Amino acid sequence: MKYFYYSGCSLEGTAIEYNLSTKAVMQALGIELIELEDWTCCGASAAETTSDLLSVVLPARNLALAAKMGMDCDFLIPCSACYLNLRKVDERLNRDEGLRDQINEVLQEEELSYQGGIRSRHLLDVIATDIGTDMIKAKVNHKLSGLRIAPYYGCQALRPYGGYDDPEEPHCMEPLIEALGAEVYPWSMGAKCCGAGLMTTKKEIAVELTGELLKAAKGADCIATVCPMCQMNLDSYQKQVSRAKGEDLRISVLYLPQLMGIAFGLGEEALKLNLNMAYTGSLQAKLRH
Amino acid sequence: MSEEKREIAEGHTAEDLMASIRENIRACMQCGTCTGSCGSAFAMDLTPRQMWRMIQLGLVDEILASRTFSLCSSCYYCTLRCPRGLPLTETIHALKQLAVAKGLAEKKGARFYQTFLETVRRYGRVREMELMARYFLIMKSPVLPLRFTPLGMRLMMKGKVSPEMPKFFGSGKLDAIFRKVKELEARS
Ligand code: SF4
Ligand code: SF4
Repeated sequence: MKYFYYSGCSLEGTAIEYNLSTKAVMQALGIELIELEDWTCCGASAAETTSDLLSVVLPARNLALAAKMGMDCDFLIPCSACYLNLRKVDERLNRDEGLRDQINEVLQEEELSYQGGIRSRHLLDVIATDIGTDMIKAKVNHKLSGLRIAPYYGCQALRPYGGYDDPEEPHCMEPLIEALGAEVYPWSMGAKCCGAGLMTTKKEIAVELTGELLKAAKGADCIATVCPMCQMNLDSYQKQVSRAKGEDLRISVLYLPQLMGIAFGLGEEALKLNLNMAYTGSLQAKLRH
Repeated sequence: MSEEKREIAEGHTAEDLMASIRENIRACMQCGTCTGSCGSAFAMDLTPRQMWRMIQLGLVDEILASRTFSLCSSCYYCTLRCPRGLPLTETIHALKQLAVAKGLAEKKGARFYQTFLETVRRYGRVREMELMARYFLIMKSPVLPLRFTPLGMRLMMKGKVSPEMPKFFGSGKLDAIFRKVKELEARS
């Protein structure tokens, strides 16, 4: 198996541990990731509030770079916001000829072109659909026995496009968690919004939304995430959220590939667990014995 | 582009945006599913359903004066559940664009996005800490950084971001693309 790999800006900064643990796990599974040297930002949520054309051109530039390599591979994208932006390009290009022409007129400035056809896929989709539980079980040598893990999917990995899981009541992470030897913590918050970028622009609201998630996760050993924005909202503001909610809401929050890596016995260094903001002593103790 | 020409281009954009916004929600039947699905609705002065009705009635200024669209986190729940299948989240993005085009966008949010895109134009990618530092410089606000400082400091301590101060912007990696996008938008 081979994929183009789009890390995106967050995975070079605040979410570097998501990037490195994803690569480590893919390597362990024998999956090849092809990185595009010249990739650029997908526009995040900034471009779409400013210019519609720019918001499709920025992700399209990356697809054009991949198209130029002439290989028949899907794009694998760990960040939900990047995934949505890249995926949107094909969704829109195919129903709007005028937009296709405009995108290409702009890309021509860099002697690039993109006519569609490269599938943009979220990391979770690739893990759940292409890799699957058999391949994962074959690699597990440190079962996560006794751990209760709350699967958190967030929004843009599932909506509006989805296709690989139910966009309102997703379940695809559950068999993966079980394949690692852990238990699925039952909750109904997996697809609820954490507030995303509102943590920067409208903090009170994001604190409220994140608070509801952390409250519902009480009783789990860990929340599993698949997006740097979700991870940041859930792991970096726990003190403030606890204060606002008047209860101790601290809990471990790890990226799904980090949990896979632990079960594969890859070691803390490869998985960069030292960089996590919320990796509690009690979880560390449970993992050690 | 001359001042006059730019005004015309932007006026045109605002009109086009409003036309497509109205077209998007023309078929809204006021069932309220969107409001019931929205995690931010508790803090909105107009509910999403009310906002769509006001768009149908052409009450643009009232909508732009409300805080509703700036509280959208793009979770796509309303879009997913709307029984009429209307592109609601996209419409909210268009409202955000409209506010920017009319110079009405809330300063803080708009400046943040502007700063973000400037960083993208210049470097092609975003270095998060630098983005924050630059944003504070532009906002010239002594209070704002405090909201980010605990996180910023913790991230720095973890070695995730570099504490260097940003250089001033000059020519950038994606200049050609940004220029061309502007040109095409002015033409339409
Ligand atoms: S869910 Fe759709 S049809 Fe119902 S009120 Fe909202 S926009 Fe209108
Ligand atoms: S996309 Fe925006 S308006 Fe729609 S439900 Fe989510 S937060 Fe509310």
